[in-house]
Amino acid sequence: MIDWLAITIMAPLLGAVATVLAGSGAPLPGAESETDRERADRVSRRVHRVGLLAILASSAAMLVATALVWIDGPLRSELGGWGVPLGIAISADGLSAAMLGMTALVALGISLYATGYFCRGTISVHFWPLWLLLVTALNGLFIAADLFNLYVMLELLGLAAAALGALTGSREAVSANLRYLLVGLLGSIIYLLGVALIYTGYGELDLGLVRASVAADVAAGDGMLPASALALMTAGLALKAALFPMHFWLPPAHANAPAPVSAALSALVVKAAFYLIVRLWLDGLAPAATGAGAVLIGLLGAGAVLWGSWQALRAARLKLLAAYSTVAQIGYLCLFFPLLVEIPPGPLRENLIAALLLMALTHGLAKAGLFLAAGLVQQSAGHDRIEELGGTAQNLPATTFTIALAGTALIGLPPSGSFVGKWVLMQGAIAEGQWWWVVVIAIGTLLAAAYVFRVLSRAFGLEPTPTRFVTEVRTELPAFLLALGAVAGLGLGSGLVWDLLASAPMGQGG
Amino acid sequence: MSAPFLYGAAGIILFALGLWSLLVHGPLLRRLIALNVMGGGVFHILIAVAYRGDAQAPDPVPHALVLTGIVVAVSATALALALGRRLDSGDGDD
Repeated sequence: MIDWLAITIMAPLLGAVATVLAGSGAPLPGAESETDRERADRVSRRVHRVGLLAILASSAAMLVATALVWIDGPLRSELGGWGVPLGIAISADGLSAAMLGMTALVALGISLYATGYFCRGTISVHFWPLWLLLVTALNGLFIAADLFNLYVMLELLGLAAAALGALTGSREAVSANLRYLLVGLLGSIIYLLGVALIYTGYGELDLGLVRASVAADVAAGDGMLPASALALMTAGLALKAALFPMHFWLPPAHANAPAPVSAALSALVVKAAFYLIVRLWLDGLAPAATGAGAVLIGLLGAGAVLWGSWQALRAARLKLLAAYSTVAQIGYLCLFFPLLVEIPPGPLRENLIAALLLMALTHGLAKAGLFLAAGLVQQSAGHDRIEELGGTAQNLPATTFTIALAGTALIGLPPSGSFVGKWVLMQGAIAEGQWWWVVVIAIGTLLAAAYVFRVLSRAFGLEPTPTRFVTEVRTELPAFLLALGAVAGLGLGSGLVWDLLASAPMGQGG
Repeated sequence: MSAPFLYGAAGIILFALGLWSLLVHGPLLRRLIALNVMGGGVFHILIAVAYRGDAQAPDPVPHALVLTGIVVAVSATALALALGRRLDSGDGDD
């Protein structure tokens, strides 16, 4: 029997090594002679080919793992045959599988786009190893079933992400990503202190074992230690997930990275930290979750929705707008917490969990599409200042359509996945009598509509009707497909998320 | 007061000192040292947890965790220093 879970980590990791080897012999930066340039192009093409192959293999493994969870239920594998508590297990339930599937699709889109976007110079030689390492860390994080293993993956993710963000080497990018790195390190150390507390209390790290011990402790009326550990871990992760007001590092870091990297950072990396919060609150440390803590997360989420949307509306640049919109979208996801803690297990709660997942997946696809499209606008116009984007619809019709589609998903218009998600969230809020969250959602949606239409209204200038819909297939198509997936795929096929969660309920795989 | 308690408390104090220093100081080098002191505090706690009395050998798992943690901290510090050097060298504005 093939261990598909282990392959989702090994394939991108080996791919990263292979791209490093393929990139050897690249001329140093600054080498300007004719032969140097030819050699750079040759090496760059070779790295693109090897990298694309590795991403295809990794995505295939991730999609197979998702499909297996869907058909057979949760997967679990104990590496090297060592069982817990001594060994380290990896496992995938519905939540992990959905994140793996989304990562596979976004990674494919970003990689195809990158082969077109990084076609000049040797930047691809540096992009591919880091990008494959990032995918390794993401997959490892989604399937780790051990608190310390999660920490290692979190750090690996932070290192790869900060290095990728600084790829262009421009002053703004390096200083923004240095700040991102330091904030990320602070977040992981706070998380690690929480892990140390759990180990002090229980001598266990496996999520399943910890959950059982915490449940026994809380039932005995002694929930102080797990509750403080959960608070520490959540605080650390909130820094990494850019939860308001700890979002200050995100807009400059995401807006100054090259387009494929911004897409990966906004769609996947932030989501990974958020995934871990969900994993702890609903699975590993669920018995220790308190209503007050959940309300605090909800309030911060409400702040994120309002502040992030408002800043997105005022942003001068398209990529900055997309980055602030990420802050707002993380806020929506946090609004689920106060409801999830209050509602007893049952159909309503399961609906809410599925809606939370659906919104996270939709945002992943839509934001990746939006950042990729913004990169094309920037390349074509030479800048991304929204005020001066007149005529974009004429120059890049397919890209403008992509921005509109991604915007549809960000606003939450039907038939996008976030429409279904917001609908279920509002239903839950009303059913629980917590109507104030509905007000936040309504204001956030109006602001989102305003910032999306602000971009679109600029894009349509007075120039003549375009003659071609697609100008460059290799870069425009992946962005378009991602946005379409967010609107049509996840919206009309939102039942799939419910099926996946029903076939592999949380807490059984790990 | 037992020895493990003293070690654990010292770890918490190191963590708090590091956090304070990280928040109030601007220069990169001081912030990096502060982060490493915070990490040292957490490792301190984990090492203290491993103590199981004089009669028994210490728990190996926390030691393995600390070793891994040190490797991670060294790599992260190296990356931050490399980025900082890039900023200082001033050739980063292309």
